[in-house]
Amino acid sequence: MSVASHFSYWITILLMVAGLYIVIARGNLVKKLIGLSIFQTSVYLLYIAPGKLIGGTAPIISPAFKIYSNPLPHVLILTAIVVGVATLALGLALVVRIREAYGSIEEDEILAADRAGGDSE
Amino acid sequence: MSPAQLIVASLALPLAGAAGIALSGRWPNLREGVTLTTAVALFACVLGLLPGVLGGALPQLFVLEMLPGIALGFRVEPLGMLFALVASGLWIVNSIYSIGYMRANEEPHQTRFYVCFALSLAATIGIAFASNLLTMFLFYEALTLVTYPLVTHHGDAEARAGGRTYLGYLLGTSIGLLLPAIIATWAIAGTLEFTPGGILGGAASNAALGGLLALYMFGIGKAALMPVHRWLPAAMVAPTPVSALLHAVAVVKAGVFAVVKVIVYVFGVGTLAKLRAADWLPTVAGFTIIAASVVALYSDNLKRRLAYSTVSQLSYVVLAAALLTPLTVVGAVMHIAAHAVSKITLFFAAGAIYTASGKTEVSQLDGIGRRMPWTLGAFSIAVLSMIGLPPAVGFVSKWYILAGAVGAARWTAVAVIALSTLLNAAYFAPIVYRAFLRPPAQAAAAHGEAPVPMVAALCVTAAATLALFLYPGPLLALARLVGRMA
Amino acid sequence: MTFAHLPALEVVVPLIAAPLTVLIRRSAPAWAIAAAACSFSFVAALLLAAEVAAHGPISYHLGSWAPPWGIEYRVDALSAFVLVLVSGMATVTVPYAWRSIAAELPRDQVYLFYTMFCLCLAGLLGMTITGDAFNLFVFMEIGSLSSYVLIALGRDRRAQYASYQYLVLGTIGATFYVIGIGILYLATGTLNIADLAQRLQHVENLRPVLAGLAFITVGVSLKLALYPLHLWLPNAYTYAPSAVTAFLAATATKVSVYVLLRFYFSVFGLHLVSVTLPMPEILLVLSIVAIVSASLVALYQTDLKRLFAYSSVAQIGYITLGMSLTSRAGLTASVVHLFNHGITKGALFLLLGGVALRAGRTGLDRVHGLGRAMPLTSLGIVIAGLSLIGVPGTAGFVSKWYLVLAAIEAGRWWLAAFVVATSLIAVAYVWRFVEAAYLSEPDERTPEPGEAPLAMLLPAWLLVAACVYFGFDTSYTVEAARRAALLLLGAAQ
Repeated sequence: MSVASHFSYWITILLMVAGLYIVIARGNLVKKLIGLSIFQTSVYLLYIAPGKLIGGTAPIISPAFKIYSNPLPHVLILTAIVVGVATLALGLALVVRIREAYGSIEEDEILAADRAGGDSE
Repeated sequence: MSPAQLIVASLALPLAGAAGIALSGRWPNLREGVTLTTAVALFACVLGLLPGVLGGALPQLFVLEMLPGIALGFRVEPLGMLFALVASGLWIVNSIYSIGYMRANEEPHQTRFYVCFALSLAATIGIAFASNLLTMFLFYEALTLVTYPLVTHHGDAEARAGGRTYLGYLLGTSIGLLLPAIIATWAIAGTLEFTPGGILGGAASNAALGGLLALYMFGIGKAALMPVHRWLPAAMVAPTPVSALLHAVAVVKAGVFAVVKVIVYVFGVGTLAKLRAADWLPTVAGFTIIAASVVALYSDNLKRRLAYSTVSQLSYVVLAAALLTPLTVVGAVMHIAAHAVSKITLFFAAGAIYTASGKTEVSQLDGIGRRMPWTLGAFSIAVLSMIGLPPAVGFVSKWYILAGAVGAARWTAVAVIALSTLLNAAYFAPIVYRAFLRPPAQAAAAHGEAPVPMVAALCVTAAATLALFLYPGPLLALARLVGRMA
Repeated sequence: MTFAHLPALEVVVPLIAAPLTVLIRRSAPAWAIAAAACSFSFVAALLLAAEVAAHGPISYHLGSWAPPWGIEYRVDALSAFVLVLVSGMATVTVPYAWRSIAAELPRDQVYLFYTMFCLCLAGLLGMTITGDAFNLFVFMEIGSLSSYVLIALGRDRRAQYASYQYLVLGTIGATFYVIGIGILYLATGTLNIADLAQRLQHVENLRPVLAGLAFITVGVSLKLALYPLHLWLPNAYTYAPSAVTAFLAATATKVSVYVLLRFYFSVFGLHLVSVTLPMPEILLVLSIVAIVSASLVALYQTDLKRLFAYSSVAQIGYITLGMSLTSRAGLTASVVHLFNHGITKGALFLLLGGVALRAGRTGLDRVHGLGRAMPLTSLGIVIAGLSLIGVPGTAGFVSKWYLVLAAIEAGRWWLAAFVVATSLIAVAYVWRFVEAAYLSEPDERTPEPGEAPLAMLLPAWLLVAACVYFGFDTSYTVEAARRAALLLLGAAQ
């Protein structure tokens, strides 16, 4: 039970926490999205790392191989990556629109504009 | 028509009437015609059910199952029969009076007024005929909601405040106390049907039943047991015909009706008699009778004095039912009818005085009896009934209550009734004295009687107050049937 | 043959309809396609519900791959009920959107609304019907991404910022969910929900399972706006186009509640959730805080859409409150309120859309004297408001009845008192509208007399009528909720 044997988990947790921290701590909308992406990336690691067995191969049945890696996590994460990309794209598109409407992508400035502007249509 | 059809007709007529009134709103004469026709037809339908019920039948109507095991259903038993008769009968008179009052005072939103009035009658009939607690609760809440526009009729700040108090007290007590009580009854007894002898007997511990009784008695806020009586004076902002509806026809009557219904058909008189935890109820009712009378004594505003008189009189019914003897139950049932016809006369008179002379305070009424002899004559008859003197119907109900209380040796109750009779006399007699025996104030503008429909209506109810003393037959028969179930 | 593939078609039809509307690029045909797809889903959902009621749960193997390897679609008493709600709401909203969206969006963007609407519907239906935990995540994201777009379509610029906020929080929620699923997968080696439930019983090391439970709880709670994770909801509901608010308020949070119910009772099981962990107690506390605080905040709002958005947070509290009692009556209350609150809030937001169209916005200062200017709309709002309060004769009453009954049966009198007492706060905020609409004189900000277009008024009133109908005839809703509760508790033992 050494730290090293759970190396991939530590990286996962580090990315997870770092990503979340950026989302919370940064006021810049683009940086928030970057944090969100890092956070999602940690999940990819969480799934993929345990699917790999040392010495395992792709699951093609052949008498030459005894150990196979689990292919399912890879497939799942392929889907998750697509979702992540779509989220990022949509998020960035929204940031562009926000920039057009408010002239800023800083959270505090947007909130201040809403408070000052009140009614705008 | 078969009894079931008559029940359907009694419920549907006021609804159809409301629709008709809404559609004919542009032609006031037609609209009032619809109101009167509906009222008369409704009374006829209810009357059609009377012979069967007097003969011991219990006409029923099952509509649908609202919740598993709980029906939306109706059953006409003697108590509901009496309540429906009183309400539908007085609606006719009240409509005639409303026509005079609303037109003479040039009130706005008259169509809305008549629509809501018809709807509140539908709700009242629903309460009267409900076969179980849930059905009754449904119409009870509906009555609160459809009378809200009537109470806030004028739409000004005062009406708004009055409406908030009205709604706050009635919805607060019914959702906050009555609904949990009903659900608890369902959880304990497994049924909500009104059953002679009650459904809660032996089903739960005495403490639980005592708590439940408190939830019911204060949850039925329309019965105005102190301290949940505040809505009644607050609702005085409404036009006088609405006050008459609240005090005589529907709302408070629905309250005491529900109280009697719960005591007789949910708890059962036998169960309550054994329940030590129920002893507080006569005390609270007695306190309400005396305290409200004292407040009435010190109120100069005529309608306010009448409102507190209602609070006090309602507790007669609660007290009588809570004494738990067959005789007092008969008295309680009779008093619902007696108070209805007398109190409606008083409110009609107050409205007529306001319409004719613009006066609202007792101290302004010096000598008014000479200018409005019919109105004040009717008023005096109703006062006799409120005090409990012959030849008015109030005497009959009070007689039964007293006889029952004496028979059961409940001397405190007897004392309360005696004291309150004195107080009644103390706050009503001066009005009559002022009206007829004091000289009119010099500066008073000359005026005569109020418009004919109003005077006619209040004379009819005053006559009914006398007639029910002379011929209490059918009412008494119904009341005795209820007493037999107690 | 087609009937056998109904579970797949239920989701696939709206999913295919979405790209079709993009290809056509014109608003009228796009509307027609969306309407057809939604109606198809609704009919299919009704057929599925009837089939489940008659012959028990349906298990559909996608591509004929048997579970646990293939993806399974599973329709049982609970999911069928939610399917009916979601597809039914969509079917009511699309006709409404015809006029409402045309008024709120530029002409050349209208067809894209229907694209997103169909995608959102497919996502929500997929979340409900799927029997595979990871597939659920994919559908969750389909539904969420399209709803972010839908919200951003609002005219106010704040809609975009609200959508961005929702995107960040929603993505965090979905990612938490998928982390939880990942941990469970590592612990059991399966993603099929039924299989997961089986294998979890034999897992010796509980710690990762508990971690998975925690992640899933937080993730799904974000999606269902459980207090204090509700911060995205008021802005999103306030600034989204009217049709979107109505649809999302009636369905999106409800489907998330469904997911939570599924995981707590079907997957983890009552023992793990309530004995090993104090989840019911936590839910109870959060629900109580949600109900009180959100109701009180609603009381002080000046915008009606926002007022009812906060009321949604409170009402979700009632749903989770029923859940936290973990009894038959409690779950029945929870599931029946999920449905009843869905139609009530749907009706309210659809009617408010009419107000927004005629008055420009939905501030309380715009509705003075609305009772005369828009009598039908005002009356509808009052009736739906009564259902929100729980007045007898409305759908909301049925929910309150079971909730109070569940509290009494559990011997928690204080909780019964709490439920009825907080209903009175609802009276207060609904009455703010009543007083403004009926007891105030119209002023220059009140719209000219005239109702919303019939195409908007009719769907809204259909839901208002449903609020009343399901208050009297409860045989469908209560029976479905009762069977769903039995199913959840049966699976939990």
